[in-house]
Amino acid sequence: MLKHEAQATPAPASRPSNRRQISDRSLSQLFIWPTLILLIIINIFPLFYSLFLSFTNYSAIANRPPEWIGFTNFDRLLNSNDIWGYFSLTGRYALISVGLQTVIGFGLALLLRKKFRGSGIVTTLILIPMMLSPVVVGLFWKLMFNPAYGIFNYLVGFSNPATAPDWLASPSLALWAIIIVDVWMWSPFVMLLCLSGLSAIPDYLYEAAAIDRASAWFQFRRITLPQVAPLLLIAVLFRTIEAFKAFDLVMGLTGGGPGNATQMISVEIYSQAFLGQFRTGRASALAYIVLVIIIAVSNVYIRTLNKVREG
Amino acid sequence: MAAQPVPHPAVNYSTRVDEISPRARTLNGIRAVIVLLIALVMLIPVAWMTLTAFKSRPDAVAVPPKVLFEPTLEGFVSLLTSRRQLTTQQIEEYSQRTDLNWADQIALSRGQAITGPSNYPQRLANSLIIAGVSTIFSVALGLLSAYSFSRFNIPGAGDLLFFILSTRMLPPVVVTIPVFLMYRAIGIYDTHLGMIILYTVFNLSFSVWLLKGFLDEIPREYEEAAMVDGYTRLQAFVKIVLPQSLTGIAATTVFCLIFAWNEYAFALMLTADRARTAPPSIPSVLGTGGIEWAAIAAGSLGFLIPVVIVTFTLRKYLLRGVTFGAIRQ
Repeated sequence: MLKHEAQATPAPASRPSNRRQISDRSLSQLFIWPTLILLIIINIFPLFYSLFLSFTNYSAIANRPPEWIGFTNFDRLLNSNDIWGYFSLTGRYALISVGLQTVIGFGLALLLRKKFRGSGIVTTLILIPMMLSPVVVGLFWKLMFNPAYGIFNYLVGFSNPATAPDWLASPSLALWAIIIVDVWMWSPFVMLLCLSGLSAIPDYLYEAAAIDRASAWFQFRRITLPQVAPLLLIAVLFRTIEAFKAFDLVMGLTGGGPGNATQMISVEIYSQAFLGQFRTGRASALAYIVLVIIIAVSNVYIRTLNKVREG
Repeated sequence: MAAQPVPHPAVNYSTRVDEISPRARTLNGIRAVIVLLIALVMLIPVAWMTLTAFKSRPDAVAVPPKVLFEPTLEGFVSLLTSRRQLTTQQIEEYSQRTDLNWADQIALSRGQAITGPSNYPQRLANSLIIAGVSTIFSVALGLLSAYSFSRFNIPGAGDLLFFILSTRMLPPVVVTIPVFLMYRAIGIYDTHLGMIILYTVFNLSFSVWLLKGFLDEIPREYEEAAMVDGYTRLQAFVKIVLPQSLTGIAATTVFCLIFAWNEYAFALMLTADRARTAPPSIPSVLGTGGIEWAAIAAGSLGFLIPVVIVTFTLRKYLLRGVTFGAIRQ
């Protein structure tokens, strides 16, 4: 098609610019399509395929082709108390975890906003946790949480192993153990975004406020908070999405146990799909329910992102 | 903070009286101490891991936990080798031998003989191959797309970019089931090729967004001037844009490497033995006869060190890296 256009240009004078424009277009096509094709094969096709699977009773280890069973999977899932329990667990985890990260991360950013000698190094040190592999982080926290030889209980003040809580084995504490690790790992992320927001606040705002003898609280509430809000919001949304996807950390720490006490929704999909009976169809249906939630949250995220990029 | 260039170096010091008063200075000092303490507390887990990696087996599970101990490389030996238990008589025989190297000696002190390497080095090699090759592909493809999005007027560019980013928002567990079936059907389940393709795509969205940010900052005028001088678009891209964007390419490369290096969910579900990478196998070093914490710690430590070094090298770009390049400064 493009070649035709090139031949259809008779005037030699206009030819060079025309040729360049056309070659620009085909070049941009050439540059973009490999990426799009890969994304379509590995992301879009699987999405549609798993949509299909979610209406079947397929099992990846059974030697039967998928059999269409309509909405049975969704019906079973949405009427199962267990599944609602896992959803509310994941929601509770996301809420508490992201809330704590926001408070701690923002607090750290406020402490670090003014430079002092060595503040660059200290900031980088604080950022190390979020660059680590979640599953490895989960493992070494498992060592720390051990009631007998772990150091965590000693650090928080339970020096007698006989009476100290066993964080990962207790159904009521295991979720909190995961939250503690998640907050340890991701508060630096919130801090990083808040720091960048804080550094963009012009000094004259505070100077004007100081001249007017505005209180520190007033300055914080009327200058700092509104100016940081967009980036803080992005951090919160980003972390919320990640919290809904929580998998690595949970697998490293508890694997969903004890019992089902930390069976996050991603862990549930994994165990439906790859453990026991390999219920591929039902796992796909559950994955789709999660996907709809994540898409809703991501949409909010992307819109906020665009607003911040423009403003 | 190190990650941000100072906007106006000339007025970076404060001239406000209330900020150079003795009271403000004391407060500032207190603040620095608090921050330092928090940073130290946050690093305790990493430090504890490091200590554990050099503990002997009894020391690693001592009650109460030992902070001071005699360092040993036992953990690393158990991580990297497979051993068999010796009988008392065999231990005596072995002790007589003079051809034992230090690793054999350490194993012998636990009454074991090394029978060969464990599968951990192989897993680490898998990690390196898969992360390395996929990173090259995702940065190369990402660079081309990013250049197109940055320079050309692409219809629906916003939607396309959104589509590219949204693929990254999918929880891995959602995509894995069909990818697993697809890979099994075409026979690339548990192969390097399959994992390389997957990680390439996994990182592609990220690399497009990050590189687009870097490319947007290179003035178009450079290439336009070069094209006026007779370069074709492609020549201008190779000779003008590429050298200018090297920093961005380097940063993107390292971020992609780290993501692929740390990735766990796909590797757990789409590999079994041949192509299994290190993250899903560190938990399974657990070993026979009780958890070998020193070995696990040694494995994790070896796994973390590259990332920590990279964090320090990249601290200027961390913000961009963790937000897809959408927020720069």
